[in-house]
Amino acid sequence: MSAIRDLGAWTLNSIARWGRAGIFLARTLAGFAWILRRFGLVIQQVFSVGVRTLVIIVVSGLFVGMVLGLQGYNTLVDFGAETSLGLLVALTLTRELGPVLTALLFAGRAGSALTAEIGLMKATEQLAAMEMMAVDPINRVVAPRFLAGFIAMPLLAALFTAVGVYGGYLVGVSLLGVDAGVYWSGMQEGVDLYEDIFNGVIKSLVFGFVVTWIAVFEGYDAVPTSEGVSRATTRTVVNASLSVLALDFILTSLMFD
Amino acid sequence: MKNKGIVEFWVGLFVVAGIGALAFLAFQVGGFSGDDFGDTYQVEARFSNVGGLTSKAPVNMAGVRIGRVSAIRIDSNNYDAIVEMSIDQRYDNLPIDTSASILTQGLLGSQFVGLEPGGDDLYLEDGDEITLTQSAVVLEQLISQMLFSKAEGDEQ
Repeated sequence: MSAIRDLGAWTLNSIARWGRAGIFLARTLAGFAWILRRFGLVIQQVFSVGVRTLVIIVVSGLFVGMVLGLQGYNTLVDFGAETSLGLLVALTLTRELGPVLTALLFAGRAGSALTAEIGLMKATEQLAAMEMMAVDPINRVVAPRFLAGFIAMPLLAALFTAVGVYGGYLVGVSLLGVDAGVYWSGMQEGVDLYEDIFNGVIKSLVFGFVVTWIAVFEGYDAVPTSEGVSRATTRTVVNASLSVLALDFILTSLMFD
Repeated sequence: MKNKGIVEFWVGLFVVAGIGALAFLAFQVGGFSGDDFGDTYQVEARFSNVGGLTSKAPVNMAGVRIGRVSAIRIDSNNYDAIVEMSIDQRYDNLPIDTSASILTQGLLGSQFVGLEPGGDDLYLEDGDEITLTQSAVVLEQLISQMLFSKAEGDEQ
C-alpha cells in the first residue's frame, strides 16, 4: 500500500519538477530582453563559465587528439591505410567527440559551479533579498548565466575540436611519420563543411542549451540548505551528462542517416 | 570580481580564439587549403581514366612530393580526364617528354600522380601539357580481363 503511495508521490513530484523547469525556462527566456540592455553582466559570466573552462578544454582536446592519432595509426597501419589517419581523427572529433566531451567537461567544470553559486545564493537568501528590492533574480542572476553558457559552449567545442585535430597531427605526422600533406588532404576530401562541421556546431549549441538549463534550474530549485545545495550540484552533473549522451544519440540518428 | 577591463579583455580573447577555431575547422579541416608550396606553376595531363584520384592528391617524382593535383575536369570533346597539377617552382627543369602515370600508395592506399623524367633538353613551362600518360589501373577491370582471357583459353 505504502509502495503504491510512494510511487504516486514520486510521479507527482517528477511532473511538478518538469513543470517548474518549464516555467523557469520560459521566464529565463523572457528575461533575455532585459539582459540585452545590461550586456556587461553576460560578459562577466562568459568569463567565469567560458574563459575559466578554457584550460581543461584545451588540455583534454590535445590529449584526446593525440590518443586518436596513436590508436588510429596502430589500427590503420595494419591495412596500409595510414593515409586515412587525418580523416579518421577529424571525423571522430567534429561529429562526436568534440561536442560530446566538451559538453561533459562543461557540465563538470562550469555547470556544477553555476548550480552551487545559485543554490548558495538561495540558501543565504540573496535571491529573496533581490526580490525585496524589486529586482527579479531570474533576470539579474539566471538569465546572464544561461546566455553565457549558450554562447561559450559552441566556442569551447570548436576549440576542443581544433586542438584535437592538431594533437592528432602532432602524433601522426611529427611522431609516427604520416605525410603532412596526406594528413590534411585526406581530411579535406572526406570532411564536409555542412554535413560534419555544421552539424557538430548544432550539436554543441543544443548541448550548451541543455547543460546550462539543467545547471541553473537545479541551483534555483535547490533545497536551501548546505545538504540541498550539494545534492543539487551532484544532480546537475549526473543529469546533464546523461542528457548529453541521450541527446547525442538522438541528434546523430537524425543528422547522419 | 576582477577589474572589468581585464575581464572584458579575456572574454574578447576567448571569443576571438573560438571563432578562429571555427574558421580553422571550416577552412583547414573542411576543405579549403592554402598550398604549402611557395610559388607553383601549372601543368596539365590527359588520362583516359583517373580511377580514384582526387584533387589535392600528391604529385611525386622519384618518390618525392613535388606538387599537388589542383583540379580534375573532363574534356567535353573527347571525354578524356584532364588533371591539372601545381608543381613547385623549385623544380622548373622537368624535361618536356616527362611521362605521368596514376599510381596507388600500397595495395589499397590513396592514389597519386607519379612523374617519370624524359631526356629532352626543353623544359615544361606554366600551362604546358604532359602528353605521355598512363591511366589508373582499375582493379575490377583488371580482374574481369583476367577472368575473360582465362575463359577464352579454356575453350581452345
